[in-house]
Amino acid sequence: MFVPCGDWVPDLTGFTLLMPAVSVGNVGQLAIDLIISTLNMRKIGYFYTDCLVPMVGNNPYATAEDNSTELSTNAEVYSLPARKLVALQLRSIFIKYKSKSFCEKLLSWVQSSGCAKVIVLSSSHSYQRNDLQLRSTPFRYLLTPSVHKRIQNKIESLNWQEMEKSPCIPQMDDSEFCVRVPGGGITKTLYDESCSKEIQMAILLKFVSEGDNIPDALGLVEYLNEWLQIIKPCSDDPTTPALPWKIPSSWRLLFGSGLPPALF
Amino acid sequence: MAATFFGEVVKAPCRAGTEDEEEEEEAGRRETPEDREVRRQLARKREVRLLRRQTKTSLEVSLLEKYPCSKFIIAIGNNAVAFLSSFVMNSGVWEEVGCAKLWNEWCRTVDTAHLSPSEAFCVFYHLKSNPLVFVCQCSCYVAEDQQYQWLEKVFGSCPRRNMQITILTCRHVTDYKTSESTGSLPSPFLKALKTQNCKDTACCSLLEQPNIVHGLPAAVLSYCQVWKIPAILYLCYTDVMKLDLITVEAFKPILSSRSLKGLAKNIPQGTEVLKKLMTTNEIQSNIYT
Repeated sequence: MFVPCGDWVPDLTGFTLLMPAVSVGNVGQLAIDLIISTLNMRKIGYFYTDCLVPMVGNNPYATAEDNSTELSTNAEVYSLPARKLVALQLRSIFIKYKSKSFCEKLLSWVQSSGCAKVIVLSSSHSYQRNDLQLRSTPFRYLLTPSVHKRIQNKIESLNWQEMEKSPCIPQMDDSEFCVRVPGGGITKTLYDESCSKEIQMAILLKFVSEGDNIPDALGLVEYLNEWLQIIKPCSDDPTTPALPWKIPSSWRLLFGSGLPPALF
Repeated sequence: MAATFFGEVVKAPCRAGTEDEEEEEEAGRRETPEDREVRRQLARKREVRLLRRQTKTSLEVSLLEKYPCSKFIIAIGNNAVAFLSSFVMNSGVWEEVGCAKLWNEWCRTVDTAHLSPSEAFCVFYHLKSNPLVFVCQCSCYVAEDQQYQWLEKVFGSCPRRNMQITILTCRHVTDYKTSESTGSLPSPFLKALKTQNCKDTACCSLLEQPNIVHGLPAAVLSYCQVWKIPAILYLCYTDVMKLDLITVEAFKPILSSRSLKGLAKNIPQGTEVLKKLMTTNEIQSNIYT
């Protein structure tokens, strides 16, 4: 459930909720980290739940000594009221059998808080692509039927590729076709539940493999940016920084500590 | 899937834990009433229960709903437990008020009715001369799916902000991320994490990003952060995870902190108690026993 940082519950009516699905390569989570860090979003509350493995650490978006000691938990909510954006970051995996319960609680909160729409950033196993997908862009989108016509038209004008339906049971030749997101974690559950609850939800995902997924996260936020225009696109001005997205300080040492010199 | 150099195709592990979810989805579709019953029974077996060992009765409400508390010190893991036993619980009279009974794949003790002091795994005490001061000695492993339940059974559903919580635990030094090699670190060493509402100064440096804490200590600290309870976690990074004198002594700077001040009255005696504890443990822990 949502617990505010302050003494009152912020009004999120009409806001767009950005959230990750815990999925292959953790791409959605890395993308949300980039968004929170770049837009300097402020923490407004926690999602206190028994569905995620507990973890704590100091402020992952710290930029200086004085803001580095704020404790962070496994599910936190950040906002940027000027852009009517709210972001939920999930930092750990689901406890066994609890992912469906989490989706129900989350969507119930989305409805009660008055958020206008939800955008889920996710990923899917690249090895599960069919021949056509192998030859096309690695980005895909999905919209629930209740998404506003205006948004549908905007997406169409971007010439994006919709996520193709695939056999529900891959091994069977005469299986029905349905939306599948292998490696997408709760993506499919969120999509199905949003369809039935008539929640406006857009899913943006990339086909990825496990490894150094920072480039994938950068790709995904650029994909999102084509639509939402969160940050200005790269210009030809040589004085603008090459990378418009701010890498959080917590992305240090992603692949472990330093090596002992004696190794060499 | 991934192909190895030997020509086999293996399932590549996914660090987002999504294979389990896909299996759960599949299992959910095929689940029979018998499967659901097995799952219910397993969930019941893994329930966390709080009981009074003297009377063998369960506590009807959560521990802190039954007993008022202003100071709560929680030791998680054998070294932290040994530290509290030797330096805090050796002075004053401590009365047992409850014990958490739980089972998971890592617990070796099943029968809590006949726990010996060396096996006792999650016991709560309060100080007889000041019953608002509580200590928890937790030397068993509380699994991920049990941590939230443990919190509910101990803290209850109405969080109280007028108490100070201190958590002590250990981690292996290889868990500590630093730009130097972990081999060059002067272990054991202490690091701290505190909640927003904790105004006390830690008696060591704070845990820097990108380091994180998980497990029961993280569950307790998260609860305190979310519900605005002042709490501080002292984490001892060590290269010896079994009971070790040097690791336990690394917690000593905490004795002068606000949380433990006044509780540790006789530190030299504490050192003697600790040495005796080490000797007893060594005799018991050879491969022939």
